[in-house]
Amino acid sequence: MTRELLTGTLALALLAAWPHAQQPPQPPPAAPQQPSEIVTTISGDSSGAPPRLAVPDFIALSADAETAAVAKTIGEVLWDDLNYEREFAFIPRDVYATIPKATSFNDVPFDRWRELNADGLVVGTVQKIATGFHVEMRLYNVRTKQAVYPRQYDGGANARLYAHTISDEIHKSQRGLNGVARSKLTFDSDRDGERMSNTVQTRNIKEIYIADYDGENQKRVTVGRTLNITPRWSPDARSIAYTSYRRGGANIFISNIFVGTLEEVTKGDKVGENWLPAWSPDGSKVAFTSTRDGNPEIYVANRDGSGVRRLTNHPGIDISPTWSPSGTQIAFTSDRSGSPQIYVMDAGGLGLSKKTAESYCDKPTWSPAPFNEIAYASRNGPGYDIKVLDLATGHVRQLTFGEGTNESPAFAPNGRHIAFMSTRSGKSQVFTIASDGKNLKQITRTGNNEKPDWSK
Amino acid sequence: MTVRQAVIVCAVVCAGAAACGKKTPPVARPMPPPPPASSPSAPARPPAPPEPVNEPTIVPPEPVRDDAISSASLDDLNKNSPLKPVFFELDSSDLGAPGQKTLDENATLLKRYSTWTVTIEGHCDERGTAEYNLALGERRAIAARAYLVSLGIPADRLRTVSYGKEFPFDPGHDEAAYQKNRRAHFVITAK
Repeated sequence: MTRELLTGTLALALLAAWPHAQQPPQPPPAAPQQPSEIVTTISGDSSGAPPRLAVPDFIALSADAETAAVAKTIGEVLWDDLNYEREFAFIPRDVYATIPKATSFNDVPFDRWRELNADGLVVGTVQKIATGFHVEMRLYNVRTKQAVYPRQYDGGANARLYAHTISDEIHKSQRGLNGVARSKLTFDSDRDGERMSNTVQTRNIKEIYIADYDGENQKRVTVGRTLNITPRWSPDARSIAYTSYRRGGANIFISNIFVGTLEEVTKGDKVGENWLPAWSPDGSKVAFTSTRDGNPEIYVANRDGSGVRRLTNHPGIDISPTWSPSGTQIAFTSDRSGSPQIYVMDAGGLGLSKKTAESYCDKPTWSPAPFNEIAYASRNGPGYDIKVLDLATGHVRQLTFGEGTNESPAFAPNGRHIAFMSTRSGKSQVFTIASDGKNLKQITRTGNNEKPDWSK
Repeated sequence: MTVRQAVIVCAVVCAGAAACGKKTPPVARPMPPPPPASSPSAPARPPAPPEPVNEPTIVPPEPVRDDAISSASLDDLNKNSPLKPVFFELDSSDLGAPGQKTLDENATLLKRYSTWTVTIEGHCDERGTAEYNLALGERRAIAARAYLVSLGIPADRLRTVSYGKEFPFDPGHDEAAYQKNRRAHFVITAK
């Protein structure tokens, strides 16, 4: 049981992880030949406080400016990524300048870092190679000067992706946590200011965009020249299902964004409208709302549109389905009691139970396991706030407090964060917030950006 | 018989006939036969004149009127639409008396221009959530269509679509804007 256990599999197109058997060419003298399991994680002091990490800029082993820029970016982004999950305390970056900079793994000033009470230290090197960059990273135990978690990567010039990968691997190996640094957001936006064709009104179209979890690398993924809204990542993060008006009425489409193909889930359904797709956890089915039988009801279909089955049957409005993590239940919004409230039924449509009794609740989003929570938007008078219902205890906690209106929550894949839309900064923008209400972060700034979803 | 003889005969006959007309009282003529039993109440009338041998006049079901509405392009029509929008209360898809009056007028136009097909768009203000508003907008469009169908407009001329709160008519954030944005809006798609 050694570091071999900690060598995860990198599922990355751009990064190729070297097998750990390929040791760094010059192992530090302090590193033991056979590290025990005890030293493979960084821990804080005996008081139980979180481990204190230092993440200085990576060391550029090549003299060119590009390598220097990549090394600096990796250090900065890695600090942000690790800070996002709040699993570690951090030695502030502004005191790093007082510590002599290492030029390799051989001259790391451990004693100086120890003076700053650092428990762990991330040291990395960046070297330019023919295909891009070779990046090495070692997480040191500052007390023992042992490299408890060394990794190597070869990849392209995407500095942020090295940092995101290192962050996710450190969180997994040191804290047993699935980090979200490589997860992605999707949302609809009118930022391009394009107008809907064949309409007499002045109407901005909306298209589907994706972004890194931290808002970087925002990219448009649809060219519908119409209203494309309510995007939802497939569980494998290869496809996005959404509501599109490209056929006139609203229908459910799936864009396979890395292949460039389009699927129509509700193709040929000329009667009624179809909105708000929600993938089953295994990606084989899509729940959605349709008026094909004359009234908004919840339906479920196979991904290819076959096997359509109606799950609700009530003259009220039933809308906004979301699956439980196991796929055995579906939460949705219904106004059958007189106002929109959150309900849960089993995935076959039976066993209905009402979960909220507020003035107006919508857009339930079920957390991933091990949490058993439903986040939703709750009317607060002029607008909405994001709330989280703990299904086991019935306890409700509030994450926003009337700063603009706050709608359309979506859980991060590890259940520790929520993306949502807020008007607190003016127009509609996507924000993320920790599920305890801390760590608010604005993701979008251009145009109106709404109805976010977080990749699984 | 000579010409002279013929003139004499004719004169005698004519004189005799004139003498009889003056002296003889009118004789009662026989009554016309009673009308057939199948129409006992029909008044007695002289026989109708024979049908004229003409082709019937062609009367088109939709007379071509050279008025401003029928000659306008679809775009121009919709920019200043003769079909007025129906407005709704917050969270409601009830038409109400003003909405019904608007739809009565729209129905009159739709009967007059019977080739028009129309899309009824449901719209909502920003006080509902984006998701629920998709359904609420559909409810508003469906309510307007159902009322028009009840007035005799064929359902297949009336399509519905909901845009929720995606396309506000007034981008403001006050009640005046909200009132304009809670509507069933009519777009003529073919004429």
